[in-house]
Amino acid sequence: MSIEENIPNEEVAVRVNGVSKSFKLPHEQHDGLKQSVTSVFSRKRSHGYEIQHALRGVSFEVRKGDFFGIVGRNGSGKSTLLKILSGIYTPDSGSVKVNGSLVPFIELGVGFNPELTGRENVYLNGALLGFTRKQISAMYDEIVSFAELGKFMDQKLKNYSSGMQVRLAFSIAIRAKSDVLVLDEVLAVGDEAFQRKCYQHFAELKKEKKTVILVTHSMDAVQQFCNRAILIDKGHETEIGTPHKIAQLYQELNDTEGVTVSRSRTGIKTSTKYVAVQMQHELIDKKHIFDIMLQPKESIEDPILAMGIYQDDGDQVYRWTSDEKIPHQIDLETHRRIRIEVADILPVGVFAVNLYIKKRDRTVDYAVFNEIIKFEVKNVTKHRHAVYWRIPEETFVNEKGVGNV
Amino acid sequence: MKYLTTRNRAILRELIVTDFKLRYQGSILGYLWSLLKPLFLFVIMYVVFVHFLRFGQGIAHFASTLLLGIVLWGFFAEATTQGMQAIVNRGDLLRKINFPKYLLVISATISALINLVLNLCIVLVIMLVDGVDFGWSSLVFPVTLLLLYGFSLALAFLLAAVNVKYRDVAHIWEIFLQAMFYATPIIYPLQTVMMFNEDAAKFLMLNPVAVLLQDARAQLVGHDNVITASQIFSSIVWLSVPYAVMALTVVFATWYFRSKQGKFAEMI
Repeated sequence: MSIEENIPNEEVAVRVNGVSKSFKLPHEQHDGLKQSVTSVFSRKRSHGYEIQHALRGVSFEVRKGDFFGIVGRNGSGKSTLLKILSGIYTPDSGSVKVNGSLVPFIELGVGFNPELTGRENVYLNGALLGFTRKQISAMYDEIVSFAELGKFMDQKLKNYSSGMQVRLAFSIAIRAKSDVLVLDEVLAVGDEAFQRKCYQHFAELKKEKKTVILVTHSMDAVQQFCNRAILIDKGHETEIGTPHKIAQLYQELNDTEGVTVSRSRTGIKTSTKYVAVQMQHELIDKKHIFDIMLQPKESIEDPILAMGIYQDDGDQVYRWTSDEKIPHQIDLETHRRIRIEVADILPVGVFAVNLYIKKRDRTVDYAVFNEIIKFEVKNVTKHRHAVYWRIPEETFVNEKGVGNV
Repeated sequence: MKYLTTRNRAILRELIVTDFKLRYQGSILGYLWSLLKPLFLFVIMYVVFVHFLRFGQGIAHFASTLLLGIVLWGFFAEATTQGMQAIVNRGDLLRKINFPKYLLVISATISALINLVLNLCIVLVIMLVDGVDFGWSSLVFPVTLLLLYGFSLALAFLLAAVNVKYRDVAHIWEIFLQAMFYATPIIYPLQTVMMFNEDAAKFLMLNPVAVLLQDARAQLVGHDNVITASQIFSSIVWLSVPYAVMALTVVFATWYFRSKQGKFAEMI
């Protein structure tokens, strides 16, 4: 626990004082009268559930104008804290005092109904965020143009793509007026262009000296936007400090538990009409090594090889093609064995590798191998030097063992 | 606590409008159904109980009384049932945003109220056809309606809060409503019960809904054709029982809902 200097009351935007929260997790689903009646008589009542302490005595203060980061791993109590800040949960003990108004939503598009049109959903969601019909009408055009959904507004939401829904929700959310904004990093979803828009918005908020609480596990975001941050682990506040310090602590926290473990199906052999593929994956010396052997069955015209690594939520974290990486262009006619090395900078999680063999002009897919290899990164090794969305350097080795090309 | 602030009014309005739009989505007749359903129920009840079983024989305007009873009971059943489900059904909202929970229950009952107003238009037409002569007492009808709405709302609050923890309540309430439908003088006139057993008739009139139903009928159709609680109970003590039940329900339901609402989000 860290003791902070006393801040005068009028400069405090949010004061969280010794907040604890626990949940009763029933061993058995307990929502019928029968169980409740029978458990009164059988003395086992107290054993019917487990108490999970999500938060224990968390205290911190957010000053006016702070861009305050809340950092922690999954299951650390971050979300519970967020829900308590928003007033969705009430704490068991301790208190949360908010100086001014706080828009109490933790997710985009609250109340969105797939059966309503985009326009109707704007009004519904807007009302929940605290706007009257008049106010929404006044900013309706702005919302629509920011979301780039002009001609879709009279269609039902269920016909929107998930990206369109997020865009619409975000466009409404950023108009929410309040003294304190609570933002979940999950906000920054969608495609890359839209993510940029989100981060641009965060940057604007920072410039305007808005009081913002950002919940995230991206150390990049914390260091980029926040001026102070708190690290929460196992329901305790571990440290409050500068983003740099918190980011360091967070890395250490991740590093203390084990090393990278990669579990993979190796030596996969599979084939299509055009080509047979054999692929191996190993983790050697902090490098993921993908060994790919190609055996064309027919002559393939002008082929290229592409490989993608996907996180289990479908996000591509790495991409490699044999023709794009100048000067790494590879001629598949002469190179039947390809070795791709990827520095181990993948975050913890499950990954799948897809392999594609296409015509160079992308008009023909000769072969698509989805999830040809799946592997899991159990924990990140120390001293990561890059974030995962940066394209790492890879080396290429051909059959004869020639080194970097 | 500030109740109907601008923000809360805006939310309430959107909830009601959404419900209104979604209710009969994808049906050709749409909102006509909320008029047609009680009308068909009335025709069925009329044929079975009035035409074949000869209920209410010799009582003037019994058809109007029957229809009014069905419509008012329909409102009571709809408001309490929809209100009971209002919290449980919107777990998605409660877990993601902090807003007054009671708005959900109110919006569900107001949707039922809108339905009732539409239905009453049909009742009015049938009453005119039936030759009902509206007297001055019909001006008091809105007051009775308000009492019925208040009682339904209170029950809805109570049921909604209990339903979060014990989902059995939904089933129990369904059965209870079915039983109460027959224990309330809706399809049979109270006069018939009085002919057989006066105490039984008095017992039936301890039910607040029965009291309000008979009051509403007397106000619109006329006191000559309907027996009200004030006519059946000679002592003011007995007469006050159903009203006391109403008042206690309102107080208890409000207290119970308010004490439980903080935990709704984590319990759903």
